[in-house]
Amino acid sequence: MKCLQSRHRGLLILALVLAVLPLVLPNAFYVDVAIRIALNAIVVIALNLLIGYTGQISLGHAGFYGLGAYASAALTTHFDWPPLAALAAGALATGLLAWVLARPVLKLKGHTLAMATLGLGIIISIVINNEGRWTGGPDGMSVPAFALAGITIAGETSWYIVAAVLLLLMTWLALNLIDSPVGRALQAIHGSEIAARVAGVDTTRFKVRVFVLSAVVASIAGSISAHYIGFITPGMAGFFHSIELVTMVVVGGMASVFGSIIGAALLTILPQLLQAFEGWEVVVFGVILMGTMIFMPKGLVPSIAQRLRSRRK
Amino acid sequence: MLPQFLQFLYSGMTVGSSYALAALGFTIIYNTSGVINFAQGEFIMLGGMLAAIMAGAGVPMPLAIVGAVVATAVVGLVMEKSVIEPARNAQVVSLIIITIGASLTIRGLVQIWLGKGTHSLAPFSGDTPIVLLGASLLPQSLWVLGVTLAIVGALAWFFGRTLLGKAMLATSHNKLAAQLVGIDTRRVLLLSFGLSALLGAVGGILVAPITYTSYDAGIMLGLKGFVAAVLGGLGGGVGAVAGGLILGIAEAMTAGYISSSYKDAVPFVLILLILFFMPRGLFGAKLSERV
Repeated sequence: MKCLQSRHRGLLILALVLAVLPLVLPNAFYVDVAIRIALNAIVVIALNLLIGYTGQISLGHAGFYGLGAYASAALTTHFDWPPLAALAAGALATGLLAWVLARPVLKLKGHTLAMATLGLGIIISIVINNEGRWTGGPDGMSVPAFALAGITIAGETSWYIVAAVLLLLMTWLALNLIDSPVGRALQAIHGSEIAARVAGVDTTRFKVRVFVLSAVVASIAGSISAHYIGFITPGMAGFFHSIELVTMVVVGGMASVFGSIIGAALLTILPQLLQAFEGWEVVVFGVILMGTMIFMPKGLVPSIAQRLRSRRK
Repeated sequence: MLPQFLQFLYSGMTVGSSYALAALGFTIIYNTSGVINFAQGEFIMLGGMLAAIMAGAGVPMPLAIVGAVVATAVVGLVMEKSVIEPARNAQVVSLIIITIGASLTIRGLVQIWLGKGTHSLAPFSGDTPIVLLGASLLPQSLWVLGVTLAIVGALAWFFGRTLLGKAMLATSHNKLAAQLVGIDTRRVLLLSFGLSALLGAVGGILVAPITYTSYDAGIMLGLKGFVAAVLGGLGGGVGAVAGGLILGIAEAMTAGYISSSYKDAVPFVLILLILFFMPRGLFGAKLSERV
């Protein structure tokens, strides 16, 4: 019962923060950053379900994100599809691809899994780069505004509401999933896959489901981000973006939903702060990556929570 | 018909040798530490860049080459000491991320200090192509192939005949047992990073006259070296070299006969197929997982 309460408390605090935030943010620039944070956080929470809870690394999730973004852009631009239909088609296609590949990919472990997901992401980004007719190639392409039932979403305020609602929804979904029997099965897989299998968990089926879920969420977030930003480039699907997503998971905290939000926030704000030090942002990024892993291998939120708990005792 | 095929084969073998050297670096570190070092590509880039810049500044070629190799090996040692050793007991995922962080740091610093421009290194013995069986071959390609062969031989001697090499081999087989017979496994780990960095630098210097080099040249080379290493089963030198050559030739044939814009995708498609159907790589031994 207590567990249930704490789960709802976290969600309530997040809702409050999201509601108060627009009142405190001084101008549209900050609102824009907040929207980007929320959209990134959605992908990161889903990726954390895979990496943090199930213990399966993916170095190719930007590929799924890019598939969603480009499905939305290409279908709305070249075929005049309504944005929602394009988003759904992108999500469906990404889900199918992830489902077909999940079984052979997730049979692999450790470095071969890293290799396979990395290869998958790179193949997707090479295809996007080469199919210039549909994707604009390396130059990228513009994406029309998101319209639903005649209403166009425009302006920072409406986009903020959309992003905040989606983030709340994703957080709620993830928290529920983790506290369900499925979530416990996933954590058992992380602990020891063989022990989980011995205990009667159909490990393959669970791993496949989480992989597909995280890919579909990445695709949807990619579609929405594409409409919000209005212009996409192949970099969105590239290897470096995959690394950024994994970094957000790891810095915020593996197996921590709220850690994912903090990780997404920190690493979305950081490049803005580092803009003044041109060229150094990559170095700082690398140092943060190494530093977090050496000094706080569990990530910020779990490490700080642990420290607070031990102090209270 | 045949000359054209040979032409693709030569260029594939040249590129493949550079992948093989990168794969050897991955394999050595993986065997002693269980870490996939994502900074291996940066070692290759460092070797090429440092040699090109020193040679460009008027340093005699042999000195520039030795200087670049030594400097890169030092970077490898420093990296092991400063970020790998403090995280020795971390999980595989954490270690992968640390090496990615190290690679970003190295690449970023090179970009700041040496700039974003492309650099080239003069070929070691001219650039008059040699005609062999109707297809032309650059003298530099012979250097790449020859040095790669020499390195494979030297490594076989090192691991098979010297005490230090045997200590490294023992550590890769069983770390605890190696410690029990008195091998300083921490030094072995340090050494493996130095050796891999050295091999990477040699590879980078060898291909710099053919492909040019820049601060970001290591990304693709590193990733493809990783593919070659996994293809070869991450076990020994022979697998790594075979993996590298197969990749290089497959890539060159695709570029020649099918589509040059998709040649970069070849290694990744190939490795996905191999992993799906032969998860241990082409030359990997059958292993069972210890619980």
